[in-house]
Amino acid sequence: MEDTHSVKGLAHHFDDMEQQREAGTLGMWAFLITEIMFFGGLFMAYILYRSKYPEAFSSASGHLNWRLGAANTVVLIVSSLTMALAVYYSQTGNKRLLITMLVLTMILGATFLVVKGFEYHTKWVDHLIPGFGFEWHLAGDPQKVQMFYFIYFAMTGIHALHMVVGLGIMAVILRMAMKDRFTQTYHSPVEISGLYWHFVDIVWIFLFPLLYLLGAHEGH
Amino acid sequence: MEAIVDQPRVHYINKEYGVKSWLLTVDHKRIALLYLASVTLFFFLGGAFAVALRLELMTPQGDLMQAETYNRMFTMHGVVMVFFFLIPGIPAVLGNFLVPLMIGARDLAFPRLNLLSWYIYNVGAIFTLYAIISGGVDTGWTFYTPYSTTYSSSNVLLTGIGIFITGFSSILTGLNFIVTIHTMRAPGMTWFRLPLFIWSHYATSLIMILGTPVVAITVLLLALERIARVGIFDPALGGDPILFQHLFWFYSHPAVYIMVLPAMGVVSELIANFARKNIFGYKFVAFASMAIAVFGFLVWGHHMFTSSQSVYAGMIFSFLSFAVAIPSAVKVFNWTATLYKSSISYSTPLLYALGFIGLFTIGGMTGLFLAAAGLDIHVHDTYFVVAHFHYVMVGGTLMAYMGGLHYWWPKITGRMYPEGWAKFSALIIFVGFNLTFFPQFILGYQGMPRRYYAYPPEFQVLNVMSTAGASILGFGVLFPMVYFVWSMRYGKVPADNPWGAFGLEWQTSSPPPTENFKQTPVVTWEAYEFSPRDKMEILGLRGVEETKV
Amino acid sequence: MQTLPMMPEQASTAASEVDALYIFLVALTTVFAILIAGAIVYFAVKYRRRSPQDLPRPIEGALKLEIFWSVIPFIISMGIFAWGTSIYFKQYRMPAEAMEIYVVGKQWMWKFQHIEGQREINELHIPLGRKVKLTMTTEDVIHSLYIPAFRVKTDVVPGKYTSLWFEATKAGRYHLFCAEYCGTNHSGMIGWIEVMEPPDYQAWLAGGKQEGSLAQAGEKLFQSLACANCHKSDQAGKGPALDDLFGSVVALQGGQTVTADVEYIRESILNPQAKIVAGFPRPQMPASMPTFQGLVTEEQMLQLIEYIKSLKTKQGASAQPTQPQASETGAGKPQK
Repeated sequence: MEDTHSVKGLAHHFDDMEQQREAGTLGMWAFLITEIMFFGGLFMAYILYRSKYPEAFSSASGHLNWRLGAANTVVLIVSSLTMALAVYYSQTGNKRLLITMLVLTMILGATFLVVKGFEYHTKWVDHLIPGFGFEWHLAGDPQKVQMFYFIYFAMTGIHALHMVVGLGIMAVILRMAMKDRFTQTYHSPVEISGLYWHFVDIVWIFLFPLLYLLGAHEGH
Repeated sequence: MEAIVDQPRVHYINKEYGVKSWLLTVDHKRIALLYLASVTLFFFLGGAFAVALRLELMTPQGDLMQAETYNRMFTMHGVVMVFFFLIPGIPAVLGNFLVPLMIGARDLAFPRLNLLSWYIYNVGAIFTLYAIISGGVDTGWTFYTPYSTTYSSSNVLLTGIGIFITGFSSILTGLNFIVTIHTMRAPGMTWFRLPLFIWSHYATSLIMILGTPVVAITVLLLALERIARVGIFDPALGGDPILFQHLFWFYSHPAVYIMVLPAMGVVSELIANFARKNIFGYKFVAFASMAIAVFGFLVWGHHMFTSSQSVYAGMIFSFLSFAVAIPSAVKVFNWTATLYKSSISYSTPLLYALGFIGLFTIGGMTGLFLAAAGLDIHVHDTYFVVAHFHYVMVGGTLMAYMGGLHYWWPKITGRMYPEGWAKFSALIIFVGFNLTFFPQFILGYQGMPRRYYAYPPEFQVLNVMSTAGASILGFGVLFPMVYFVWSMRYGKVPADNPWGAFGLEWQTSSPPPTENFKQTPVVTWEAYEFSPRDKMEILGLRGVEETKV
Repeated sequence: MQTLPMMPEQASTAASEVDALYIFLVALTTVFAILIAGAIVYFAVKYRRRSPQDLPRPIEGALKLEIFWSVIPFIISMGIFAWGTSIYFKQYRMPAEAMEIYVVGKQWMWKFQHIEGQREINELHIPLGRKVKLTMTTEDVIHSLYIPAFRVKTDVVPGKYTSLWFEATKAGRYHLFCAEYCGTNHSGMIGWIEVMEPPDYQAWLAGGKQEGSLAQAGEKLFQSLACANCHKSDQAGKGPALDDLFGSVVALQGGQTVTADVEYIRESILNPQAKIVAGFPRPQMPASMPTFQGLVTEEQMLQLIEYIKSLKTKQGASAQPTQPQASETGAGKPQK
């Protein structure tokens, strides 16, 4: 139909690139709002039981390895930086650095997951998986401590799932970048995936203090 | 007229043939039809459960089926009707078909996500169907804990997974509508030129993306609790069953507005077009939709007046519930005022729209009974509540859905339904509906609790009336099913705009081509104003030299 | 069944108040429904389309009218709100002078315990003209105790106590329903409320098998569970003395305080570490109370609570806790 449709990367039902970019960005924002509500339910449960069982929660939290948590926080913050740089290089059309930054982001994301995996493994060894031979001999009612771990695994598990999805998205973007699909005028997929990546990072920024630092804070 | 339609024309239905062309389509119109098929299936499934329930309730004692069976039946009636018919019904069928057409777009913003949403719906549906076939679920559609987490031995997990999955189809639909309405309006289609159908779908979409994830996480927690036996909701394990109710109603009350807001949008279109009149107080009706969407999120606690929540919480939720009633009342007044000095044509869709206003008025007013906390203590969890929400859901949503299907049927299929039969069945449905549900108000006030398999004998007379009504209603909804199918082959072929209606969707041919409009339309007229061309045509002034766009 | 009753019998003080609001709302709904339906029918006839060329003039709307029909309903609804809330507050604020009866829900029966010791299943005898407060809990899922003739209902939630009250105004037999779906035999979880003239009620209380009062049963439990070993009334035990505890304000470790109500006592028995009384465990005899979760049924819990309520410093704990509510049960003593 209209000749604009020969433009690279423009889907048939959009009038122009601007409209397509706007739609994509707004779509991602709407999706992220959904995500906030999704995590919101978990945060509600967390807040309720933390205020109901403060001792058990702080005792349970004290058993988490806050150093690993802090290290992972740094990893994710740096990955947000590399992601932002990736977006920048896609805008300036620097393919080589775009690819570098995407690869770095993926490496950092994978690092996060590996560390998380180690943490989960420790919990398994220590019999701290709720519902599967859970044992607790330190301070606090074991039932309530188990509830903390339940919420801990639900929150970090869902977060880790988002990281895995994020890595998948990055792989697609990387492939598109290597195939020269992006130009200075067409790079919105990088931006939109960036939004997602930053969101997942921000969720962790909330999870880390709520889950890991609760015990440290109560200790004083 | 005849000459135009006689020519074979390529449109979205006959453009491609074959199963693949449907199952892999990204055309919003075809996806709407896919949804229509799925949703219709579930409507009749849910309806069959309802008929079985009513038959059991003809006599006070349980005789037709076991209590276990009855409990599974009402649960599955609720689950199927709420999650697989009422929530997706109007948005995914009529909304999917019409949102791009009404704003002058070629498709929704994310056509592939749209197709994905239909697949997600069906995957969720398969889980739920499997749960139904392999023994069903008996918790009530509300899944109250700890019954659902600890005590029920039915297929709670499978059903929960089904609802969890289906929720994402609803999120994707909402997301798609929001982005489409924001970014893909035709030139000249400003926000205040949008049909009210679009406004109401926009408000609905907001609820879909804000509320659905909360019920998703709630169902997920419920499932995890059932698997791991760790108590988030079961007090025996340290949890709090009231938290579940809060989280559940935080979504499920706004979900009621997901069901009824699109219906209000449909009714606005029907009233305007069959009265040939712009909607009185257009902006108030538009903003009322938004107000309902926002306030709808603040009233969930009115489901919990008797749950031992604090009396002050109860007071606030009661206040907000009255507040949310006002925008609905404003809509009813404006629709009625629209009829003043109009030109009303008694077609089937209008009958449904007027039926909607009447029944929704009763449904809405009885909502005030329930919002008054002191009175709710008595009628909570009785048939009064059952009657109330069926007046809103069936008298409201189903009426509007039927009206909308009739109205846009020539647009969707390029065929007319048989008007005589349609009027007849509309009448049957109206009578059957009232006979079914009106006695339930009285039953409820007399004190008959809901979800009772057997009941004290003094409630029998009203129950028999209700069952009689249900059989009439059940019979009534079969007619449209038959004549709609019949009309797809034998119905009269109408003109492109058989109603002489306004709205961009009537500015293109019926059925529309895949790309919706031959040229991107440019809107120079207000909402509910005839385009200059249509105005000429209605007044019989259209020049012979003018050709169809 | 010649006439269809529109409402259940009015057998409590609340019934007529609730019904008054109901009747008002029915009238209001009728008026609005008739106004709207009337307007629609009138317009539909008057403005029917007379020719296909009809093109009515657009009317934009009128701000004054919009304000009128937003504000008027709002004012009306605020009136209903105030009315409904006043009933709500009255219903859910427990009168202090009410006589207490304990209720335990269970799939699928209602178990009642009178203070005087009578126990009933699916049947509850109450006196006419007295305020009665039900303190309720459940052994399993959520139930909801509903007496249509009294217009009262409260959910019965596991793990906590909820309550409702009523004052019967008419002797007779009334339905008692479970209103919250609770599983297979939900519709079988029904029973009767028997409202009796006070003398009849006293006679009923006196009759039947005497097992001793609820507090006495609680005392036996208190001994057999070895609670008495630590909770001694002479302040010499490992645990705090319980005399005069009920209703008092307890100072806790960490400086907080808590009012010793039913919820607190229940929690202290099931989850003793949750709130620890200031000064305990005593330095000279360190000990921590074990949990009684799973060892005490809901009914026994209520007996223990009733026993603890009955403990008063004056007579000494073990002396005679049999007339805890003597002043409330009237002149005719139920016990022999």
